[in-house]
Amino acid sequence: MSDRVIHVEELVREYPMGGEKVLALRGLTLSIRRNEYVAIMGPSGSGKSTLMNLLGCLDTPSGGDYWLNGQEVSRLTDDALARVRNKEIGFVFQTFNLLPRASALHNVELPLVYAGVGSRERRERAVRALTRVGLQNRMHHRPNELSGGQRQRVAIARALVNEPSLLLADEPTGNLDSTTSEEIMRVFSELHAQGQTIVVVTHEPSIAAHAERVVVLRDGKLDSDTRNRAAA
Amino acid sequence: MPIFEAVRMALRTIVTQKLKSFFSLLGVLIGVTFLIAVVSIVEGMNVYMEDQFANRLIGLNTFTLRRNPGINTGNVTEEEWRSWMRRPRITYGDAEYVAERIQTPVVTAQFCSDRMTLSYGGKQAKDIELMGTEPTYFEIKSIGIATGRIFTPQEVKAGVPVLVLGWELAEKLFAGLDPLGRDVVIQGLPYRVVGVAEKRGSLFGISLDKFAVMPFRAPARRFICPLGVLDELQIKAANPGMMQVAMAETEAIMRTRRGLRPTQESNFNLQSAEGALEGWKKISTVLLTVLPGLVAISLVVGGIVIMNIMLMAVTERTREIGIRKALGAKRRDILAQFVVESATLSTVGAAFGVGAGIGLAFVVRALTPLPAAVAPWSVFVGVGLGMIVGIIAGVYPASRASRLDPIQALRAE
Repeated sequence: MSDRVIHVEELVREYPMGGEKVLALRGLTLSIRRNEYVAIMGPSGSGKSTLMNLLGCLDTPSGGDYWLNGQEVSRLTDDALARVRNKEIGFVFQTFNLLPRASALHNVELPLVYAGVGSRERRERAVRALTRVGLQNRMHHRPNELSGGQRQRVAIARALVNEPSLLLADEPTGNLDSTTSEEIMRVFSELHAQGQTIVVVTHEPSIAAHAERVVVLRDGKLDSDTRNRAAA
Repeated sequence: MPIFEAVRMALRTIVTQKLKSFFSLLGVLIGVTFLIAVVSIVEGMNVYMEDQFANRLIGLNTFTLRRNPGINTGNVTEEEWRSWMRRPRITYGDAEYVAERIQTPVVTAQFCSDRMTLSYGGKQAKDIELMGTEPTYFEIKSIGIATGRIFTPQEVKAGVPVLVLGWELAEKLFAGLDPLGRDVVIQGLPYRVVGVAEKRGSLFGISLDKFAVMPFRAPARRFICPLGVLDELQIKAANPGMMQVAMAETEAIMRTRRGLRPTQESNFNLQSAEGALEGWKKISTVLLTVLPGLVAISLVVGGIVIMNIMLMAVTERTREIGIRKALGAKRRDILAQFVVESATLSTVGAAFGVGAGIGLAFVVRALTPLPAAVAPWSVFVGVGLGMIVGIIAGVYPASRASRLDPIQALRAE
């Protein structure tokens, strides 16, 4: 049990739409163990964004349960969810989502600000995280002074700085060219090798190929769940 | 928690968007400018009025017995003025009667004055205040003598044509020459200069050194007062308490002399420096009563503008809010960020308002004789009000920001 970072059971999420209810997830059950590297795939409308929001504690399910790192998080208040996101989850977005007017260092410090970490320790940890993704020489640059790949590395550093139990990436290479994409996926593989649990939501098979396990959704339900032999 | 950061962000917004910030802070700025400037000017006026105006024009611990008030700082209605003009004038007899009967130790001076032209040789001085009075006048007004002497009571009694000149008038008529012993001509008659007064300076930009004093029975008195009649009797006591007693005494003596019944109003006027300030006190009270209203209106307008700016900022930065929430910002973190930002903006506006208000006070001081003095409390009140307006104006936009759904906020462009 304690080995499972994520355990969702009979997860249901419905949205009201013009008086009717649309079911985005219809009873999904899934477990992800510590240090797994999982790709979640599926065509659009399959519910992968909904699942990603739920796994990231940005949203709460209409039904079913979600244990994150042993804690039931499916019925928490907004502020309690914010605390969980801050401590347990590191986000990497397709569009990077860095604060445009803040330096790379400051962007990486941000989760620590909300965790209430003192400024000196904040700086040290942010520098360490940036060094981990190879950006120790770009710390004081703003996002618009960085290339797409560098921006995504800043985002990864930011995701890692709180030492989360789950790194959640949503189409992390969607805005990058293929060379840079490979570079970012290499960073993910390294992090995985160091023990990080990673979930990548993608629709690109080439990206999913880097994961050791591929979960495919269809119509809000689990379609397939396979081990990936090609993964290193 | 990240208060310092929010302050810095607000300051950066102001610096990068100077013009927009200026307009958005204009309301608060004007409100605080008003506050500082008006308070400074009123305070300055108060000091000036009390120290300079009343005491120098009327004299310390001095009051005057007149037909009507000599100094009016308030509004006088037509009707009031007419009733004053119907009163009997103060005669030599009145003055002597009062001076003889008053029990409080006082110094009195009979007094008349008008504007006249004085000349010496080819030089003329027009519009000079020529005063006919007694030697005690110099004591009452604390006018010192620079050279020469004051005329004597004997000279007053005999109506000797002698003069004491104001410092500036002496300079004008006798540039370089010693005025003592020379004759100044008034209305064709020569007057011997026996003394020159010390320099007194100016009041409201008007020189106090352009005057000439003569014994009030000197020939020229018929040009400044009708025969047998005085403008006023000046009465000086040793201290304010004794002055009050002397005033009451004078009133009683005059009422007796004129045979007034208890129900009748006094048909003469007693005015002290304090009394002369009544009008001004009314004006300053009105100013200081209306001021909070004016300031409040501009602060409310300023607050609404700031609220709008903050609502726009929340819309523009929806995505940033989404990012912050995804990274673990709680509602109150976002709330604090935007309230602090709004308060910072408004406080900066107020600070500029303080600067502008002080500037305005200094301009007034430079261009007018008013000694506008900035009251320290008004600076604190100004900045404090600015901050409070910012906090109040920021609460609604900030609470909207704090309640944004992180998923939708992240999707915003």
